[in-house]
Amino acid sequence: MNIFKLSIKNIFNKPLSSSISLALLVLGVGIISLLLQLNTLIKDQMDNNLRGIDMVVGAKGSPLQLILSSVYHIDSPTGNISLAEAETISNNRMVGSSIKILYGDNYKGFRIVGAEKKFIELYKGVIKEGKDWDNPYEVLVGSKVYEKLKINLGDELISSHGLRETGQSHDEGTFKVVGLLKPSNSVIDQLIITSPQSVWDIHETHDHDEHENENEHEHEHENEHEHEHDNREITAMLIKFKSPMNIIQFPRQINENTNLQAAVPSYEISRLFKLFGFGIETLSYLAYLIIIVSGFSLFINLFNSMRERKYEMALIRTLGASRFQLSTMIIFESLVLTISGFILGLLFSRFGVMFVSSLMEESINYNLNSLKILNEEYWLLGLSVLIGVVSSLIPAIQVYKMNISKILADA
Amino acid sequence: MLKTKEVEFNYDNQMFFKFQNIDLNSNENLLIIGESGVGKTTLMHLLAGLLKSNSGSIKLFDKELNQMSSYQLDSFRKNNIGIVFQRPHFVNSLTVKENLQLAQYIANKNDNTRIESILKNLNIFEKSNKKTNQLSQGEKQRVSIALAIVNSPKLILADEPTSSLDDNNCSKVIKLLKKQATDFGAQLIVITHDSRLKKHFKKSIEL
Repeated sequence: MNIFKLSIKNIFNKPLSSSISLALLVLGVGIISLLLQLNTLIKDQMDNNLRGIDMVVGAKGSPLQLILSSVYHIDSPTGNISLAEAETISNNRMVGSSIKILYGDNYKGFRIVGAEKKFIELYKGVIKEGKDWDNPYEVLVGSKVYEKLKINLGDELISSHGLRETGQSHDEGTFKVVGLLKPSNSVIDQLIITSPQSVWDIHETHDHDEHENENEHEHEHENEHEHEHDNREITAMLIKFKSPMNIIQFPRQINENTNLQAAVPSYEISRLFKLFGFGIETLSYLAYLIIIVSGFSLFINLFNSMRERKYEMALIRTLGASRFQLSTMIIFESLVLTISGFILGLLFSRFGVMFVSSLMEESINYNLNSLKILNEEYWLLGLSVLIGVVSSLIPAIQVYKMNISKILADA
Repeated sequence: MLKTKEVEFNYDNQMFFKFQNIDLNSNENLLIIGESGVGKTTLMHLLAGLLKSNSGSIKLFDKELNQMSSYQLDSFRKNNIGIVFQRPHFVNSLTVKENLQLAQYIANKNDNTRIESILKNLNIFEKSNKKTNQLSQGEKQRVSIALAIVNSPKLILADEPTSSLDDNNCSKVIKLLKKQATDFGAQLIVITHDSRLKKHFKKSIEL
């Protein structure tokens, strides 16, 4: 038996009154920690996938949508742009390097991206099994795709049109898996990547069907491969500048002088975070309020229990315990509650993150699975300890100043 | 062993007590008897070091209580004095055995065999693992005696141990207290208004 054990026994002796303060604290700490975790994980994931892309060029529309679709692969593209126009931009002297990507199809919900091979290098994709594509209709498959769909080397994938699962399927859209990529913790994990030519080839026939009666296009389609001024299209182009200074001027030039849209990912992402940062802030104020209320409830709890237990306290003093030991016991009781509240709160947030990431993985094939303790969470621990000490301070002082003789004489 | 001289005490300048001198030798038990309101509990708290007198001297085991700090008094009490209260008090979250272990912990002791032998001696060993609020009145009183003697005090102070008991139980309890004091080598001072106890003590003073 010791003072610490006694504190714990006291807590368990009144489980109901202790559990309300505990539940409030778990809720408060849990919400804040969950917000912090999600915020950090999403930000990390977003930054990680940015890979120094300075600018994205695509069809006119929402710049955020352009970024989300072509950098993060989570929204629909704004439309297509002509390859010729894109070439003009990539030949500009300010452009350091450019990668053209194009969409068209999906395989069971996973996007098939036609891209130059530089695209895989950008995300440091490494082939785990098989080889790079050499011919049209050969694909490399990202790690999450083959894990989830159990795709093996040599499998044939019949694609569907569009980016969602419920598209019409192309009879001719049969891709052959020639390589599997190692997990890279980037967007390519959830993509199926092929040469731009494959996507053009499929949609050539496809577009052809659609535009059968539009005479103006017919001629061009037939000679597509040899034609100099073809009407091939791409979805977007990822650009790195030669000098970071260009980021100010070049996107504006494109937006003003061409019918293309240029968007700067870092700018759009910080705008996005500002938007939902406001919600996060409001919610965390609410959570801090809950923590403060839990402190009050703890205080009331201890204060009442001091009154109920005054004879008990007097007895412990007459047994020879010092005032200091008795006050320590009260503070211990409070700290045991707040620290276990903190630990349960962290567990709560971890389950929350796991839940949210399982939801996200289903809808947008993103995955957030890192559960390290953030610096801000150490602050939360500090806050919990502080709440524990502050709310037990007055009861502890009362016990310290308690007149045992008077209490015993009144009995 | 105990020598008091001109002990005076007043509560907030309203109630004023002046106690007669006590001189008690080693191996003697003492009955202090008095009507309600003459300051019996006050005297007991003074002897136990729970209160400090305003003037006079209380010398217990050759130590002057009035010169000790509150911390020294706590320490003196846990090493020398066991108290049996009029109404038994326990730590309710603990079992009988744990209450006794707590008392030992406070006195920096740890001796489960002593706890067992005390509980057996008081015939409540089978209640060791019961919470104290599951005990009957008689059992509670015996546990409170166990609490008073668990740290082998040299002096047991009992405040009205028999006031609410019938004649039969009254004599049982006082015999039990005297036996425990003898068995564990302690002196006993009982403070009461209960004149039935007079016949059990050779030495008594009236307040």
